[in-house]
Amino acid sequence: MPDVIIRKMVTSIEEIFHEGGPRANTPLKRGYVMAVIENPYAGSYVEDIQPFMEDLKPLGLEMAQKLLAALGVEADQIEGYGKGSIVGVGGELEHGALWHAPGGYAMRGVLGGAKAIVPSSKKVGAAGVRLDVPVTHVDASYVRSHFDSIEVGLNDSPRANEMAVILVMTTGSRVHNRAGGLDAKDIKGEDGLR
Amino acid sequence: MSAEIRKIAVWVEETHREIGQTISPPTRKAVAVAVIKNPFAGSYTEDLTPLMDIGAELGGLLGDKCIAALGITPAQAESYGKAAMVGEGGELEHAAAILHPKLGAPLRVAVEKGAALVPSSKKMGGPGQVLDVPLGHKDAAYVRSHFDGIEVRLNDAPRAGEIMVAVAVTDSGRPLPRVGGLTHSDAEGKDGLR
Repeated sequence: MPDVIIRKMVTSIEEIFHEGGPRANTPLKRGYVMAVIENPYAGSYVEDIQPFMEDLKPLGLEMAQKLLAALGVEADQIEGYGKGSIVGVGGELEHGALWHAPGGYAMRGVLGGAKAIVPSSKKVGAAGVRLDVPVTHVDASYVRSHFDSIEVGLNDSPRANEMAVILVMTTGSRVHNRAGGLDAKDIKGEDGLR
Repeated sequence: MSAEIRKIAVWVEETHREIGQTISPPTRKAVAVAVIKNPFAGSYTEDLTPLMDIGAELGGLLGDKCIAALGITPAQAESYGKAAMVGEGGELEHAAAILHPKLGAPLRVAVEKGAALVPSSKKMGGPGQVLDVPLGHKDAAYVRSHFDGIEVRLNDAPRAGEIMVAVAVTDSGRPLPRVGGLTHSDAEGKDGLR
C-alpha cells in the first residue's frame, strides 16, 4: 500500500462578526484543514487505486481532530461541514474521489456520528488554484441556513505529483441567514436530510 | 476610535517536506487578518490619528492570535511581519497610518522583545486579491534564514469601505536554509540588526 507522504498542512479559521447587518452575539467560526500529500498514482494510469483509501484513513482522523482543536470548540458545537480535494496536474480527477470515504467518515466519527452526507467538491488544478468547498448542516442536509461554502487554496500547492485533501467545519449558520426553509431547530435528524 | 471588525481569519501553515527532504520539526508560519471598516473611505481626511490607534489595537490582537494558533510562548516566536490592503474607497496612506506609527509596540509585547524592524508591505486592492506579508527575524534583521513571506487572501475582503490588516508570526525560518549569512543562533538581538 502506498505511504501517505505529507509535505504541508494548513489550518485556517475565520471568525465572522457581521456582514453589514447586526453584529452576531457569538461570532460564526468557519475553518478548514488541508494536507498536501504525494499522489502515488501521478504520472500514469493505474487501474486499482482503492488501496490508497485505506492509507488515508489515519490522515482523515488526524485532520478532523486538528481542525476541531483549531476551532477551539467541542464536537457538538460543529453545525456544518464539507470536504474537498484538489489533484495536481500529473494526476486525474478520480484520484480526488479517494478522499470521499476516509475524509467523510473520519470527520463524522470525530463529530460523534453526524447524520448527513458530507457535501464535497473536487477538481484538477495547478499550484495556487482555489477550490470552493460546499458546507451543509451536519445532521440534516436540507437546513437552508447552513448552506455555505469555504474557499481554500495554497500558493505552492498542489504540485503536479501531489494532491491536496481538505476538511471544513462551521459552528453555525450564515451570519445573517434569513432565506427561510428548514430551520436547524426543527430537524428530526434521523435520515440525514430533514 | 476602536476597530469595527467584520471578520478575523487565522491561518497556520506547516511544512513537513520540501523537495524530497523531511523537515523535522516542521517549519510553521501563522498569519492573522482582521477585516475592519475604513472610517475614512469615500473622501479625503487630513488627520489619520484614529487609524493609528486602530493599528495599536490590532497589533496586539493579531499578534496574540498568531501566538495562540501556533501554540507557542511569546519567546518562541522567531520572525514576524505586517501588511495591509486598503479597499478601493480608501487611500494607500490609510494603510501606512495603521501599520507604522503604533502597531509595532503591542506586537512586540505579543512576541516578546522584537528588537528588529517589523518588515511590511501595503497596497490597494479588492476582494480575493493576494497580499504578501514579508517576514524577517524579530530580533536581528540580518538573520538570513528567516527572510520569507506568507500569502493571505480572503475571497470577500476588502470591500470598498474596508481595510484588511495582517500580522504574521513564525516559530522557525525557511525549511531548508543554506544561503549562509547571520544565523539565528549567532544573532545577538540587541540593536535589531545582528
